[in-house]
Amino acid sequence: MSAIICTDLCKYYQQGDSVIKGLDHVNLEIAAGSFICLSGPSGSGKTTLLNAIGGLDRLDSGQISINGERVDLLGKAALADLRLHSIGFVFQAYNLIPVLSARENVEFVMQVQGVSATKRRQRSMKILQEVGLEGMEDRRPAQLSGGQQQRVAVARAIVSQPKLVLADEPTANLDSKSMEKLMTHFRELNQVHQVTFMIATHDQRVMNWAERRIYMVDGQVTRDEMQDP
Amino acid sequence: MAARRRDAALGLSLRLAWRNIWRQKRRTWLTALAMIFSNVLLVFMIALQFGSYEMMINNSLRLFIGQAQVQRAGYHDEQKMRLSIPDVADLAASIRRELPSLSAAARANAFVLLSSKDRSFATRIVGVEPAHEPGLSTIPGLVTEGRYLDDPTAAEIVIGSVMARNLKVATGDELTFLGSGRDGSFAAGVVTVAGIFNSGSADLDRSLAEVPLAYFQDAFTMAGAGHEIALSAGALDDVPAALEVLSTMLNEHQGLVVLDWNALMPGLKQAIQADMSSGWFMYGVLIILVAFSVLNTQLMSVLERTREFGVIMALGIKPRRLALLVLFETFLMAALGLLIGVLLGAAITGYFSTAGFAYPGMEDLGAKFNLPSVVYPSMDLFAILLGPSVVFVFCLLAAIYPALKLYGLKPVEAMGAV
Repeated sequence: MSAIICTDLCKYYQQGDSVIKGLDHVNLEIAAGSFICLSGPSGSGKTTLLNAIGGLDRLDSGQISINGERVDLLGKAALADLRLHSIGFVFQAYNLIPVLSARENVEFVMQVQGVSATKRRQRSMKILQEVGLEGMEDRRPAQLSGGQQQRVAVARAIVSQPKLVLADEPTANLDSKSMEKLMTHFRELNQVHQVTFMIATHDQRVMNWAERRIYMVDGQVTRDEMQDP
Repeated sequence: MAARRRDAALGLSLRLAWRNIWRQKRRTWLTALAMIFSNVLLVFMIALQFGSYEMMINNSLRLFIGQAQVQRAGYHDEQKMRLSIPDVADLAASIRRELPSLSAAARANAFVLLSSKDRSFATRIVGVEPAHEPGLSTIPGLVTEGRYLDDPTAAEIVIGSVMARNLKVATGDELTFLGSGRDGSFAAGVVTVAGIFNSGSADLDRSLAEVPLAYFQDAFTMAGAGHEIALSAGALDDVPAALEVLSTMLNEHQGLVVLDWNALMPGLKQAIQADMSSGWFMYGVLIILVAFSVLNTQLMSVLERTREFGVIMALGIKPRRLALLVLFETFLMAALGLLIGVLLGAAITGYFSTAGFAYPGMEDLGAKFNLPSVVYPSMDLFAILLGPSVVFVFCLLAAIYPALKLYGLKPVEAMGAV
């Protein structure tokens, strides 16, 4: 069964007299439990596609279904609920909440979901340990390096085990060792819990982990191929 | 589960709000200081205003009218000689005996033509009990020439300074009065000016003359009757309870009514209300300025956190909750201003409520007109909390616009904001 179905997605931006094609008639079917990498040059539409699937941005035309639910038809509140309970985001910039500690940032979504304090604490401590931030739980984002902040952002995205993780350049600020560790963790979540991953990246090492690679240029899917990770 | 979600989210919002307001310490303190300053000012000014009103009421009533009066029903509306209280001095004595907390003095009124050697003027002449009048009225203490009445039967008169000037008389001079008695007969007499008072009220100094009650009753064929019993309970707040007891006591005297100061001097309350309106206009301006300061702070705070709000929305938080966060931030800031402002304001007001507060020149005026030389701000909860509560509400209202701006935010655009 397909987890995500994108049909004829179009999103255009007006820039002066010219029109930028964010998404230009994109059609995709993504099965539940897939591990996919989106690649392509800057401005090719990777982030726009992730934003559209995650309900962060409205399309000009086209349809998106996640597990049979039409995302493009949902209202603001329903989209917020979908993101809160089913989708984990890792952004290009770390985008942590500056007044919360690393642990509180990780617990943020779970707290809004209503997870009990004990469970939140257990899960956040475990995930922070897994991303190599043990002992730094109480530090605020300003007290962490760029790589450490990115790992907190990743931990926040996956701690509540969403059905879908949309990651935009998640390894941009990580060294090779941390990248390996993170990708191993992603793969484990994918294989054990059937979490679907869509990762936009320029990093060839990350692409090697994917079972399916989608190349985009000027808002169009130019290549879509399977590979053995 | 839903309740737990709500509680957890509320706790999170409050924690975030508290930390957020301290991200820009200087800006938060500046806004809080504006609230504190306005709250201190409002607490003190309103307490002082209420204290002034209390003093104004007391002074007006203490001058002559009294805090309440017993009269024959209908006398207040139409002052006819025959609408009288029989054996008025005995009834006043029994009130003093039965209700020791009340001061009571019997009076009788008539309108006469008062003449000196050179001039005549129509005026009101009041028969008073010289022994009890000082407990009700400040007029006896305001006699600046001669003395106040002391002999209950003597043919003596005390007049106001303006009347003395108009009649061209001094103490020791004789005046004749001409009027009609209770039975319609001709009432006349010759009285010696015993004293001249200066109350500070030109109206009273022009139109009031007092003679001993017994002399009055004899001259106006009152047969022991009078027209009113002036009453005072000391503190204004004690009046209603005392009047309730008095009303029960007067049940056996048919046709008598008890009128409180508000019924006796309706203009006084209207004057206070008019003064209060102008005061509130000034306070309103101050409150609006503070509200704009809060609006500015919160608007700036929302604008500079647009990116952060975008991220929070992307994580699945609804705009409603973000708006609530901004309101919580304002609530906490306003609560800080309220708490410190009320404590400081109450401390200052508390000090002046015992030491008294004097306006420049007030001591001289007080000494001249037998009035208190200082105002005591009213140290009651209503006076202290009224102004700060309004500031608090207006600050919350000012945060509504910045909070509403979050409803229109789109996550992707917000995250792209610098």
